[in-house]
Amino acid sequence: MTFPLNLKNKLLLKNMNKEERHIFSVMVENRFGVLARVVSLFSGRGFNIDSLNVAETHDKSVSQITLVTHGDAQIIEQIYQHLNRLIDVIEVTDLSAGTHVEREIVLIKVSTDDAQKRTEILQTAEVFRGRVIDMKPASLVLEITGDEGKLEAAINIFNTYGILELARTGKIAMSRGVTN
Amino acid sequence: MELSGAQTLVDCLKREGVEYIFGVNGGAAMPIFDALYDETEVKLIPMRHEQGASHAADGYARATGKVGVALATSGPGATNLVTGIATAYMDSIPMVAITGQVYTDFIGSDAFQECDVIGVTRPICKHSYLIKNSDEVADVVAEAFHIASTGKQGPVIIDIAKDAQKNETLFQYPETVDIRSYKPQVDGDPAQIAKAAALIKEAKRPMLYAGGGVVLADASEELRELTLKTQIPITVTLMGLGAFPETHPLAMEMPGMHGSCCANYAFTDSDLVVAIGARFDDRVTGNLSKFAPNAKKIHIDIDASCIGKNVQVDVPIVGDAKNVLTELNKLVDTADIDPWRDQIQEWKQKYPFEYEQKGNKVMPQYVIEQIYQHYSDAIVVADVGQHQMWAAQYFKFTEPRKWLNSGGLGTMGFSLPAAIGAQLGCPEDTVVNINGDGSYIMCIQELVPAITMKLPLKIFIINNMYLGMVRQWQELFSNKRYAAVDYHDNPDFALLAQAFGATGLRVEHPEDVEPALLKAKGINDGPVVIDFIVAEEENVFPMVPAGQGLGDVIRGLS
Repeated sequence: MTFPLNLKNKLLLKNMNKEERHIFSVMVENRFGVLARVVSLFSGRGFNIDSLNVAETHDKSVSQITLVTHGDAQIIEQIYQHLNRLIDVIEVTDLSAGTHVEREIVLIKVSTDDAQKRTEILQTAEVFRGRVIDMKPASLVLEITGDEGKLEAAINIFNTYGILELARTGKIAMSRGVTN
Repeated sequence: MELSGAQTLVDCLKREGVEYIFGVNGGAAMPIFDALYDETEVKLIPMRHEQGASHAADGYARATGKVGVALATSGPGATNLVTGIATAYMDSIPMVAITGQVYTDFIGSDAFQECDVIGVTRPICKHSYLIKNSDEVADVVAEAFHIASTGKQGPVIIDIAKDAQKNETLFQYPETVDIRSYKPQVDGDPAQIAKAAALIKEAKRPMLYAGGGVVLADASEELRELTLKTQIPITVTLMGLGAFPETHPLAMEMPGMHGSCCANYAFTDSDLVVAIGARFDDRVTGNLSKFAPNAKKIHIDIDASCIGKNVQVDVPIVGDAKNVLTELNKLVDTADIDPWRDQIQEWKQKYPFEYEQKGNKVMPQYVIEQIYQHYSDAIVVADVGQHQMWAAQYFKFTEPRKWLNSGGLGTMGFSLPAAIGAQLGCPEDTVVNINGDGSYIMCIQELVPAITMKLPLKIFIINNMYLGMVRQWQELFSNKRYAAVDYHDNPDFALLAQAFGATGLRVEHPEDVEPALLKAKGINDGPVVIDFIVAEEENVFPMVPAGQGLGDVIRGLS
């Protein structure tokens, strides 16, 4: 927790009032109630969560929360500081402050009432490198992985065929290379 | 040795040096109370309401600097603690609140007196634990005390299921606590401290602005050294009063909504504000866009999330006030700012706190002045409202931990139970409770334990028959529409005190104020309650109306 001022200075250089999307990686103790503490920090202050993903890491005692939020520099700074202040939070990284990769999986169930439509859907899925993971006479389920832009594009296209159901994992992300 | 979870808990409290535990018994906490029954080292203080228990633990912590401990049963016992927990949280008071919980198997079943205490208290505590297994007790207690008393201090909740209290466990108290996710930053960054010293050197109109954090960090000595060495004028907030002596020529007294004109004008004209353990609270800053518009800001705070929250800061320093000031003091010298000091002195002399005597009424400010005359060394525990502001204005505090009040949450009812905690923690001190007629009756039941324990509390009620601060706002901003503030139907507090078993006096004339205060001095076998019937519609001035800048302070109605 020796960090506070780096982010601040970095943020001050940017436009203070401009709303920006930030993606936080939050390493927490893997015990009950921790997620509630993180989430209530946001709800109590009226900050938004755009996407949230929680899972155990390779170390069973640690869970990783990947959280996408947006706000102006002051709000992002507050979010960072308040996350750090929670006792069960081991480390907070604002991945948006450096280069990073992010991915999300979406499962899309589309209706395939005739053979021609099914062919078209399968061709479209290929463009997005989607995989068919279930197929029934009147529907199929596609799995597509990508960043936010790619998934939005895919969802828009498949919407024209009629999406029956859709499920997303929320973003997961990681910084590039090795950092201290 | 195998002990029950409850006995383990009590043994842990002993290891932490706990002297008193304030509580109200109930079903889900009975094993803990039972374990305390034969205990002599940790003394159980039965209060009359759980809110009183949490305020008493809080008052004990504020007066002594040690962790206060409150204990209640599940459900309503726990929810009654909540106001006291929130009060402690807002003022960063170290406290451990222990609540019984229903049997583990019943948790989540809407059992009798079940409440999700961890859920209810999540936003108002520093941390919380639910103990479902007696093996966890020792580690949790050690962690809870460590967390409550280090870094930015605050309340920690331990909710312990009844079976975890009853089941036996091997007692092993951890010698040290190491929490990998909790390492408070206590030392300031030397480069930042050097930057601060450079700004202080350059400034032509600098001021120090110290808050409750200085008291909590026991950094009053270091603050005095900084002030005296630099000879920079200082304002100390409501929460910090006593950190620097108000009687000193450099003291500008309290800033903000009901603060001194001098401090407020100084903020408005200053070119450098050095904030130490103060959080730029809205009651201090007034309208943020008009707050210290020409000043650079240095902010020293143990809590990084406090810095930059309300105002933009030029030099942030995260660290413990005592450590940071010790380092900063090595780098500063007398400031060459004579014209600014002259200006401050001019404001101070021109705009002191003052009031007009109205007819033959007892003026509330006069009562405070008299209390100060006769009890200047006392620990003063104030409640919330007009009397609190008058006490802050007219009582000149010179030492830390002598002024206790609920500044952040503004909890009415706080002071009587807090005074009990303060008196137990500081038995050699005289404890004066300055209360209001509205706030006194909110926790009046705690007069009972004060009488039982023969605590020589001096309870002085500034009784204007109104919820005075709200009435003042209604007078000034709501066309005197006195909705729900008329307290003329309150009982006679002197007679009521006598019914409880305390000494009760009533004062209605100015000439009786001093004799009554002197009489109270001589009564030391229990509490004495003096009901001062004061001018009903007296207002607190100066006043910065909500939404206005500090420079727009109203000095009085004329």
